[in-house]
Amino acid sequence: MKPSQTLGKSLWAFLFNSGSCNGCEIEMVATVTPRYDVERFGIKLVGSPRHADLLLISGPVTRNMAPRLKRVYAQIPDPKIVICCGVCGISGGAFYDSYNLIGPVDQIIPVDMYVPGCPSRPEAIIDGVVKVLARLEAAETSA
Amino acid sequence: MSLSLLLLVIGGTLAMTLFGILGGLAFSGIDRVLAARMQSRIGPPLRQPFLDMLKLMLKQNIVPANAIPWLFNGAPLIALASAITILLYIPMSSLQWFPLLGLHGDLILIMYLLILPALAMVVGGLSSGSPYATIGAQREMVTMIAYELPFAVTVITFAWKLVQADVAHPFSLATLAATPIWTLVGPVGGVGLLLLLVAMLLVAPGELGRIPFDAPEAETEIAGGLLVEYSGRNLALFYLSLAVKTIVVTALIVALFFPWNLSDWFGAGHPLLAGAADAVFFLLKLELVMFVAITLVRISVARFRINQIVDIYWKNVGAISLLGLILVMADAYIL
Repeated sequence: MKPSQTLGKSLWAFLFNSGSCNGCEIEMVATVTPRYDVERFGIKLVGSPRHADLLLISGPVTRNMAPRLKRVYAQIPDPKIVICCGVCGISGGAFYDSYNLIGPVDQIIPVDMYVPGCPSRPEAIIDGVVKVLARLEAAETSA
Repeated sequence: MSLSLLLLVIGGTLAMTLFGILGGLAFSGIDRVLAARMQSRIGPPLRQPFLDMLKLMLKQNIVPANAIPWLFNGAPLIALASAITILLYIPMSSLQWFPLLGLHGDLILIMYLLILPALAMVVGGLSSGSPYATIGAQREMVTMIAYELPFAVTVITFAWKLVQADVAHPFSLATLAATPIWTLVGPVGGVGLLLLLVAMLLVAPGELGRIPFDAPEAETEIAGGLLVEYSGRNLALFYLSLAVKTIVVTALIVALFFPWNLSDWFGAGHPLLAGAADAVFFLLKLELVMFVAITLVRISVARFRINQIVDIYWKNVGAISLLGLILVMADAYIL
């Protein structure tokens, strides 16, 4: 079976804060609350990157978090998806000229989907997951 | 050993393996849907656990550099195999070949076998070389020691009552299935048995590592504890062993406290037909116990700390089960 078929029905997410202000974390956790109920689609939060399929990253990458981010990315078993939530991870956001930034997330690890917003809303995060799965499927059919 | 007996044992074991795995996953799907409905959510589809297993089986299986590979890979297999083994001893319906190994084991054996899956998880956790898993393994050991007290008191009460009532083979599960314990006691003993039922319903979530007794796996504080380093196929095997163990523990409570069959009340027609009806009735009893002991409890309360778990099992649940034992004894001697 193709990854898009299995991951599309059962996607376990691991949250990673690479120096965010915690605003995106609040929205990510709101996504799994009963109001949005992403367990309908088989998405749930896990406590260890070894169990995860989806790495949800929030925040710009600070100097100290860069090696940890690389390590957590390496700990996730293949196939894996990376979604970067919030404008900080895309461009640095409010902290773009900080002395302590190593740069946006995609300079440290490969990113599959960007979800903008400060913070990104739960609807936007769900939309990002749907789009990254659709793109995965399209990539598989063309390959 | 005759050939037909050999075939029966092999075929029966395969059938019970299939039932344990598929049934366990189906029951965990029902559990997740019911939990979602209680939180006024729609919840995952019923087949979600099957989809999760399929995905885990197809994912990369990482063995960490610090792990001891043969222990790390062996522990999930032992956990699943030992959980399935217990299933062979549990009476399930009035069909003649249930339980498959009923003549060769009793309650004491089941008590010891129930330690094996948990111990395999502890060994797997310790061999994975992660400090989180080590903390989880220590917590699992402490939890095991804690819930053994009320569990052992319950088993002792049953055996004592059956010996006192002059029943042959008091520890055998076939005896328990044939003579419902409630028929042997008066009203005071009945209250004592109710207390023991409460104690066993509280032991079940601890035995299965479910909320509120899931400190060994606490994913918010120790990142999944025992299972922190497991991924892919090995993680799937652990989830399967947990699903099978859920059936085992609830089936044990059903066998101890609710051994009645439909055919006892409505008269047996064709033995196969009666057996099938009893098997369906058994599944209903299983779901009822599972709902009360696992789903309802895990939605209602939060997680206990590890020291609170020991306190609750030794003081509160232990006191409940000892009171039950005393009441059953008082029922026999004083009243």
